Amino acid sequence: MLVSWKWLNELVALQKTPEELAELMTMSGVAVEGITYPEIELKNLKVGLIAEITDHPQADKLVICQLDVGEGEKKVIVTGARNVREGQKVPVALPGAVLTGGKKIESAELRGILSEGMLCSANELGLDVDKIPAEQKDGIYLFPAEVAIGTDVVQVLKLDDLILELELTPNRADCLGMWNVAREVAALTGGEIHLPEINSSEEGGLCADLTKVEIANQELCSRYVARIIKDIKIAPSPLWLQQRLIAAGVRPINNVVDVTNYVMMEMGQPLHAFDYDLLQENRIVVRRAEEGEELVTLDGQLRKLNPEMLVIADAAKPVAIAGVMGGLETEVTEQTKTILLEAAAFNGPSIRRTSHALGLRSEASLRFEKTLEVEQVRLAADRTVQLLTQIGAGVAVEGCIDCYPLQQQQQQREKQAISLRIKRVNQILGTTISAFTMEMILKALQITFLEKNRDGWLLLPPSYRRDLESEIDLIEEIARLYDYERIPTTLPEGVTTQGMRTTEQKLRYQLRKRMVGQGLVEVINYSFINRAQLDFLGIPDGAPLRDTVVIKNPLSEEQGVMRTSLLPGLLDTVKRNINKHNKNLKFFELGKVYFAEGFPEQSKLPVEKWALGVVATGKREKSWAYGAEEYDFFYLKGVVENLLTGLGYTENEYTFAAVRDLPGLHPGRTASIQIKGKEVGVLGEVHPLVLEKYGIDQRITMVNLEVEKLATEKIMKKGLVVPITKFPAVARDLAIIVPEEVKTADVTALIKEQGNEWLKEVRLFDLYRGQQIKENSKSLAFSLTWQAPDKTLTDEEVNVLHQKIEAALQGKIGAGLRR
Amino acid sequence: MREQLRLLKEKAENELKQCQLLDDLNEIRVKYMGKKGELTRILRGMGQLAAEERPVMGQLANEIRDSLESRLGQLTEKIKGKELERRLLAESIDITLPGIRPEMGRQHPLSLVIEEIEEIFMGMGFTIEEGPEIELDHYNFEALNIPKDHPARDMQDSFYLTPEVLLRTHTSPVQARTMEKTHPHVPVKIIVPGKVYRRDDDATHSPMFHQVEGLVIDHQIRFSDLKGILLSFARQMFGADQKIRLRPSFFPFTEPSAEVDISCVICKGAGCRTCGQTGWLEILGAGMVHPRVLEMGGYNPEEVTGLAFGMGVERVAMLKYGIDDLRMLFENDMRFLRQF
Repeated sequence: MLVSWKWLNELVALQKTPEELAELMTMSGVAVEGITYPEIELKNLKVGLIAEITDHPQADKLVICQLDVGEGEKKVIVTGARNVREGQKVPVALPGAVLTGGKKIESAELRGILSEGMLCSANELGLDVDKIPAEQKDGIYLFPAEVAIGTDVVQVLKLDDLILELELTPNRADCLGMWNVAREVAALTGGEIHLPEINSSEEGGLCADLTKVEIANQELCSRYVARIIKDIKIAPSPLWLQQRLIAAGVRPINNVVDVTNYVMMEMGQPLHAFDYDLLQENRIVVRRAEEGEELVTLDGQLRKLNPEMLVIADAAKPVAIAGVMGGLETEVTEQTKTILLEAAAFNGPSIRRTSHALGLRSEASLRFEKTLEVEQVRLAADRTVQLLTQIGAGVAVEGCIDCYPLQQQQQQREKQAISLRIKRVNQILGTTISAFTMEMILKALQITFLEKNRDGWLLLPPSYRRDLESEIDLIEEIARLYDYERIPTTLPEGVTTQGMRTTEQKLRYQLRKRMVGQGLVEVINYSFINRAQLDFLGIPDGAPLRDTVVIKNPLSEEQGVMRTSLLPGLLDTVKRNINKHNKNLKFFELGKVYFAEGFPEQSKLPVEKWALGVVATGKREKSWAYGAEEYDFFYLKGVVENLLTGLGYTENEYTFAAVRDLPGLHPGRTASIQIKGKEVGVLGEVHPLVLEKYGIDQRITMVNLEVEKLATEKIMKKGLVVPITKFPAVARDLAIIVPEEVKTADVTALIKEQGNEWLKEVRLFDLYRGQQIKENSKSLAFSLTWQAPDKTLTDEEVNVLHQKIEAALQGKIGAGLRR
Repeated sequence: MREQLRLLKEKAENELKQCQLLDDLNEIRVKYMGKKGELTRILRGMGQLAAEERPVMGQLANEIRDSLESRLGQLTEKIKGKELERRLLAESIDITLPGIRPEMGRQHPLSLVIEEIEEIFMGMGFTIEEGPEIELDHYNFEALNIPKDHPARDMQDSFYLTPEVLLRTHTSPVQARTMEKTHPHVPVKIIVPGKVYRRDDDATHSPMFHQVEGLVIDHQIRFSDLKGILLSFARQMFGADQKIRLRPSFFPFTEPSAEVDISCVICKGAGCRTCGQTGWLEILGAGMVHPRVLEMGGYNPEEVTGLAFGMGVERVAMLKYGIDDLRMLFENDMRFLRQF
């Protein structure tokens, strides 16, 4: 809502600067988002009458104008403008004038003739050409005849006005009208308010003979007032009216349309004028649109209507979409002789639905969708007629039609009294505001005291404050006018509570810390992905990862479905970084993935699961002190092992099992991560074909862990500490040669199985393939640590055990011993 | 013999003066005092002396031996010291070579900020609640006093999955869910961090972003308590000299409602570009829980009252770290993430 400072000052006596008022309003709930000041100080601009125009002897495109600017002697001004005629009144910049953009005007010779100034266009005066009447956009600005010669142009056009821009919350739709803004300002400042008097009409009269109104749907239209104005003379509006519309951001069109818009700006009540003669049977029916009906609206668009929408119709067809926009066919034009003026009250939610369905928002729908004050509908119609008559746009037909079917119920609803308990106000706010202060505030808001008791009051808010419906609304009013800043600062007084994370939250906290602790970088990607990314990963139809939740109205296909895996987002992130020449990357993301699992047919909501995704690619670059370290399968395997160990799992509890057939992953480099035999995640290299689709030319290894499958009890309580024995450990090495296909984990398992409880650790310290051993075989070198809790082991004891293991390795997997 | 001893002492002392190495000292020790050493030999010859001369010569010889021993000891210490000095000098390293750093991970600024907010409120006795991101219209809107076709829905353009299910537009549905499962018990004292979604994508809006919501319900919760809690939060988050300012506002689920500003973290209230010369930064919305919301949650608004607040995590992170482009938070550029 744009509020003209000058207009506001006419409605309410103000003792404050615009800045002071803006601060006061902002701090009391009707925020002033900004103040627009006049661009520069314009001066020495006068209204001049073009007395005579003669050709310029030396230039075809220039003319010489004799201008009367009220200073006796005429001024000679040379202009190249094409729209100047004798008898016009125009803005004249006299020597010493300064125009928009700082342009200074002095006398100057133009092709041999001395020009004593310049005629100005709207643009040069600093008017926004998008807000002024279309015919004033080009050429010299033209004043209407009634403007006096010699007046200051700044005063006439109110070029020194400033505009307050209000940012209104949805509950304060009342402030979409200047009068209510003035009322709010008056309540805040105590200033006196001056609203124009309205000549009210009588119901019936001649008007009732000329037209009929039928409301077929009382739920969607609670009141419809029609008035008729004849002898319409379409013309531009008077300047003062144009200026106020321009200040409010509404473009002047013609006197009839301007007045309806003006009253909307004054009272917040949208109105519409129909060409009476173009209405079939000259009557109005308010009804739902019928299936298949169409209407070309004022903006020239053909609109398809449906029975969800309320329309204003004549005897035959819709002529307006109620509360949203009028029809082109019955628009007021130069030919219009008689108009039917509509002022109505519509159901807000219905207007909102219609406006959304049509994608059509107007100043009218913006106001109607908030459900306006029903009581002022008739007043607004009368005010419009009053203004139209006053500016000579037409002659009012006596009487009016006021179709108000549920008047009594409506008025009862609007007159709902609210009881307010004085104690309750201070309880809610934590204040000690006196009853007297509360009373002052409520009275400033024009709230009527119906009953007064010691403990409280029975109150009736003014009809324009439809947002005040219950006690809490009034408490808020008291709080905001009392000033939030004056409310004390306290802390709650109830019982002490313990702040903490749940077990699941602790687990996630730990996961994040342990990943960061291992040198990985956390990322956050969007929860939605492009469905095509699942194709890139080669996810087959029917696979769980295809069980996506689809967004009905996505911003784009890129964000069309909720992710079922963190991998697509992580790959995108890798790709973006590689494009920016960061090739060595290791990222993790802890976030949700979403699965339909029967939604929406069989379940109310989809399933959301927490997942930990990791990707690593490139390497740690070599330094002066150590060699390069690849961020590959075994790097991430180590990360996972550390993570699980950190969470409290022992090496015996988790295992990695080779899997060959997971979509999107390298068949020879993928493992299922299992805890006590149950899969909790996957570790693997991304399939080369997937990388090709992403346009990435370096290997990437990924991990996906299903967070819910990690036992939360682990982070609550690690296993008990194992006592440290004081007897020395004995280390023995064991080197064997096995066929290439033998899995290291199987060898380790066999060693452990053959050793007894004294075998504390089996560590692979060397892996060799090459010339010194047979082809298709590898050498594995282990370091075995033996230790007993109750004695020092002798060489003989260890030798016996060692030989048993060697025998088993030879016998069961055909291992050759290296010595 | 006396003369013999005198010469020997003189000779030995001269030789000691020439010594540079520990080995030289050893050689001298052996040469004079070893089993076959010169002094030892002389002492062996004592037997041939007259009985009255023996003690005199013996004493003299012992004195010489002691003096040589002590001299040897001194020199040994001195040479050892020198040798150690030499070795340490040779072992010097270029301490300006870069250190061998274990690789350092980074936490995303948004998760850092959420964690910090969580910890501040846990310190004030709040527990952490969570809820689904895909939410029923009922919890996201209706239970929060935002009926269908209410103009307030315009404040939050939504992503829909079905007419009744959407991506939550704020963390507030968790308020409704918590009330539903906790009522009629009090106190309720929760914060709700999480992802939220709105159908907006431009320089200052991301279709996915993060909020932290707060809810307190108890007997006699007051608007003044809201001010106290938020002031305490602002001071812990942004510094002990922080001020806050509450401006009346509107949210369908709170009344009275407020927009909450903190004094500008850049200019400390003097006025700058970040705060639009006002000295204040809008950082959260808050208010007293609307009686209708309490009622829908199963509470009797005559018996208990509540306060609620909600803030955008991105906004807090941007202010805290001086990030001027929202998009940086979701691009995951290493050059950016490396700085946290």
